[in-house]
Amino acid sequence: MATETQDVAGQASEAASAPGMPQLDFSTFGNQIFWLLVTLVVIYFILSRIALPRIANVLAERQGTITNDIAAADELKAKAAEAEQAYEKALADARAEAQRIVAEAKAEIQADLDEATRHADAEIAAKAAESEKAIEEIRASALENVRTVAKDTAQEIVAVFGTKKADAKTIEAAVETRMKG
Amino acid sequence: MASDTQGAENAGGGLEFHPMDQFIIQPLFGGDVVHWYTPTNVTLWMALSILAIFALLVLGTSRRAIVPSRSQSIGELAYGFVYKMVEDVAGKDGLKYFPYIMTLFMFIVTANFLGLIPTAFTTTSHFAVTGVMALMVFFFVTILGFVKNGSAFLGLFWVSSAPLALRPILAIIELISYFVRPVSHSIRLGGNMMAGHAVIKVFAGFAGLAVISPLSVVAITAMYGLEVLVCFIQAYVFTILTCVYLKDALHPSH
Repeated sequence: MATETQDVAGQASEAASAPGMPQLDFSTFGNQIFWLLVTLVVIYFILSRIALPRIANVLAERQGTITNDIAAADELKAKAAEAEQAYEKALADARAEAQRIVAEAKAEIQADLDEATRHADAEIAAKAAESEKAIEEIRASALENVRTVAKDTAQEIVAVFGTKKADAKTIEAAVETRMKG
Repeated sequence: MASDTQGAENAGGGLEFHPMDQFIIQPLFGGDVVHWYTPTNVTLWMALSILAIFALLVLGTSRRAIVPSRSQSIGELAYGFVYKMVEDVAGKDGLKYFPYIMTLFMFIVTANFLGLIPTAFTTTSHFAVTGVMALMVFFFVTILGFVKNGSAFLGLFWVSSAPLALRPILAIIELISYFVRPVSHSIRLGGNMMAGHAVIKVFAGFAGLAVISPLSVVAITAMYGLEVLVCFIQAYVFTILTCVYLKDALHPSH
């Protein structure tokens, strides 16, 4: 019992010496402030001398690397676009060349064809003219034959019907007139 | 020693709440008197903060890799986070003060998270610590404002966009709010850290009753999750407010 009361008394005295809130125990303020200032100064020197410049360097370096990489990527992209353009151009050129060759061949063939056609036409025309001439000749000779036959026949007929001798000249004239008519 | 065993018996017997005991400052190597130079648990946990920052930002980035490792990623993330914050809030000319702000942010965030380790001591739960940091920011920003802008810095309190009759009243309000800044700045951080840890301790105290203990465990887990958020958010808030004050000093016109 005695120790208990003594203990309670001890606790009470302890409570009295340290008021309800240790935060308001001004006897420790000097100690806290001293150590706080020491701490802050140490942290400040660690940060400003070592940590912050180092981190700033790392960040700047990283930023530089990223910028460089992006620039390199852009360059490669431009190169790729250029290559694609060149490829497209080559393709278009080849296509145009092919078309030109096709057109040329077509024109050549057309020219040959035209030449042959013209040649054939001329030949046909010549042949036709020749045939016509022959026909004309045949027709002329036929007419002559008809005239001779008509004269002869007319003379004979006149000789049979008439007593007087038929005048050859008159008959000829009459046949001519008839043939014209 | 006798009182120690007695205390343990007491704790086993019933509910005992000592939510604030975790904040008591004790000398590391025995003794009762805390001189200003005495190595205490404050010293230990602040040193651990330094080690954590060193490990993350110096050892973690030691390979200077273009493609970062995990620790280097986190270091770069922290750097980019604070750098962007300073640039966005305080402007390009605020970047000159980036190392100071980074120092504050890294100290607060590591101290907060180290404080989450069970049985750890949370240095940022003490108003002496947060208050000194807030006052440093306050004086730095005020002096910087006068050095950079001369008496034009007083334009911060003279709201030229308000009607003329209102301006003196607004000036008084602005002046008061300006001087309240370090108070709110420090108590916001210290109070948040202290309250969270104290609440966890209270829930832990309830675990002494077997009936409540499962609920207590759930509550502690939930609070711990919340505290993880609070640890980061309070460091962020402290830092961004510093940036806002810095912006006021660099560009005092509204």
